[in-house]
Order: sequence, then structure tokens, then C-alpha cells
Amino acid sequence: MTWPTASTWLVIVVAGMGTFALRASFLALADRLTGLPHDVREALRMVPAATLAALTIPALVRPDGDWALLGPRALAGVLAGLVAWRTRSALLTVVVGLVAVVALEAILP
Amino acid sequence: MSASTAAEPSTTGLRTAFLSGVRGAAPLLLGIVPFGLVAGVAAMEAGIGLPGAVGFSVVVFAGASQLAAIDLLSRGAPVAVAIGTVLVINLRMLMYSASMAPELAPLSRRTRIASAYLLTDQAYAVSILEFRTGAWDLRQRLALYLGAGSTLWGTWQVSTIVGALGGGVIPDSIPLGFAVPLAFLSLLVPAVTDRPTLVAAVVGGTIATVGVDLPANLGMPLGAFSGVAAGWWISRRTGTPDAAAATADHPTGDEPGPA
Repeated sequence: MTWPTASTWLVIVVAGMGTFALRASFLALADRLTGLPHDVREALRMVPAATLAALTIPALVRPDGDWALLGPRALAGVLAGLVAWRTRSALLTVVVGLVAVVALEAILP
Repeated sequence: MSASTAAEPSTTGLRTAFLSGVRGAAPLLLGIVPFGLVAGVAAMEAGIGLPGAVGFSVVVFAGASQLAAIDLLSRGAPVAVAIGTVLVINLRMLMYSASMAPELAPLSRRTRIASAYLLTDQAYAVSILEFRTGAWDLRQRLALYLGAGSTLWGTWQVSTIVGALGGGVIPDSIPLGFAVPLAFLSLLVPAVTDRPTLVAAVVGGTIATVGVDLPANLGMPLGAFSGVAAGWWISRRTGTPDAAAATADHPTGDEPGPA
């Protein structure tokens, strides 16, 4: 069996500890965060929309790094977004989006 | 009313909450499975073998950053660059942690820190959307989050191993990797509930997209932080969410408000 080198293990362990520290950061301090001011709660309320958009939109309009505002993935994304909005079903959103991208990639030049 | 009737629903309540988390995560597995397969395949192609694949998936447990680190290592990048890239990609976990903290605050510190291991994009998004729409008490919130988190964790580990052992089992004609952003999209749409969250999404998505060319994948965290800042600024300008919803400046065609 192939085993990672020592430097790869070093990356795994240090990056893993660092990632865990990021995950645990505010959860560890949570007891000191009671009674957060309204401004802070409003900022935290923005986290899901901002992070999910930052994860999603580049994959739709720059799938390979090149801009493709009207490419198959962007158009499939618009369609999937409509499905998500009307049905609130994650399963339907993913299935419709995948079917759409396959169809669009076959049709579009 | 009595103590005995109060104890009974508490246990079933935990079960219901845990299963709600599992159910919330289930459709997202469509995105997790191909992503995990790719993580396994990439590890084998980079020559770090099954132990390396499992090491990354168990110890780091964050797909996009694992793939970036494996890619950098296979191209001979320095250890520090690979570690730094992983941490930049995972910076968003800081915001998830801050957002989850008030929800789980009364739990013991040990429980909160231990539960942080399962904090992923999907576990966070499923949980926070449920917390905002359902009436869950503290222990139910933890159970729900653990239900979603453990489902995602188990699936991630199994698909990494299958990918590492099975190799290219995914036909190239079906872009299954696209299921990942689609799953995020299905979580993004219900997260946009008013004007500030819409601005947060538009700014976050735009900055991250323009920033795709930035080194070390800095575009994503930069977009996320900018989106939070922009949404927060709009929220400050327009007052509380309730006051903003009450003003009559919404164009017609909007969905009727919750009021």
C-alpha cells in the first residue's frame, strides 16, 4: 500500500488542527458571547447568504476560471434556483440542475 | 404539566430533532458522494495512497481545501503553502462558528468544542435554517446539528474510501461534481429572506466570482466577508429587519411578508 510522505502527514496534521481551531473558535467562547449587541447579531444573520453565495456563484459563471455568464452551468443554475425557490426541495434542485446541465451542454455550442 | 410527562417528550424530541438533521442533510448527499469520490481519486493520483486519502478526510474533513492541498503537494509546493491554502479556504468556518455559538451557548464548553469537529458548510446551513424556522430547544438544536453533521461525516468518509479504491468509476459525461454548487444553491435560496440578506448574497457572490483569479483561493473568503459587511451595512441603514419589512418601499411582486 502507498503511504504518504512525512511532509504530507505534516500538512494533514497541521492543516487539520488549524481547521479544527477555526471551527471551534467562537463555539469555545460562546458562553462569553451572551447578550450580543443587535449589530453583531445582524452581521451573523448575513453569514449563510454571503458564504453560500460565495461558494455557489463562481461555480456557475466561472466554472473553469473563464467567464461563462450564459454558459450551460449558469443557465442550469438559474433554472435550479427557480426550482429551489418554488419547491424548497434540495433534492429536486440538484436533480433538475444536473439534468439541465447535461441537456444544455448537448445543445449549446 | 407534571415532571413525568415533561421527561417523555424530551427524549422523543431529541430523536425527532436528530432525524430532522438527518433528513435535512440527506438530499445534500447527492453533492457529497461525487465530491468524496473525487477526493479519493485525487489522493490516489497524487500518490499519497488510501492512508493519505483517509487521513485528509478524517483529520481535515473539508472537501475543497483537501483537494487544493493534494493538488499543491502533487505539484511539489512547499508544506507551508499547502497548509496556508487549506486555512484560507477554511476561513469561512470562523463565521459558521460565530453564527452557531449563540445557538449552542448554554451547553458545556467541552460539548461545544467537540461538536465543532462536525461543522461543515452543509451541516451549518441545514442547522441554521432549521433553527430559524422551527421551535427547537437547546438540546434539540444540538441533536439536530449532530444528526446532520454525522450523516455528512459518514457519507464523506465512505465515498472517499470508495473513490480511492474504485478509481474513476464516475463517467465523465455526467458532471456529478456540479451537484456540489447545486446543493449549496438549494441552501442559498431559503437563506435570502429580506433585503440585507439579498445584498449579502449578491455582494458575496460577485466578489468571490471576480476574485477567482486571486492566489490561494482568497476570492471565496474575501467574498464571504464582503457579503457579510455589505448586508450588515444595509441592515444598519434600513433599521431592524422588521422595520425594513414594514416600510412600503418593496416593489410589488414580492412574496407576502411573514406578518
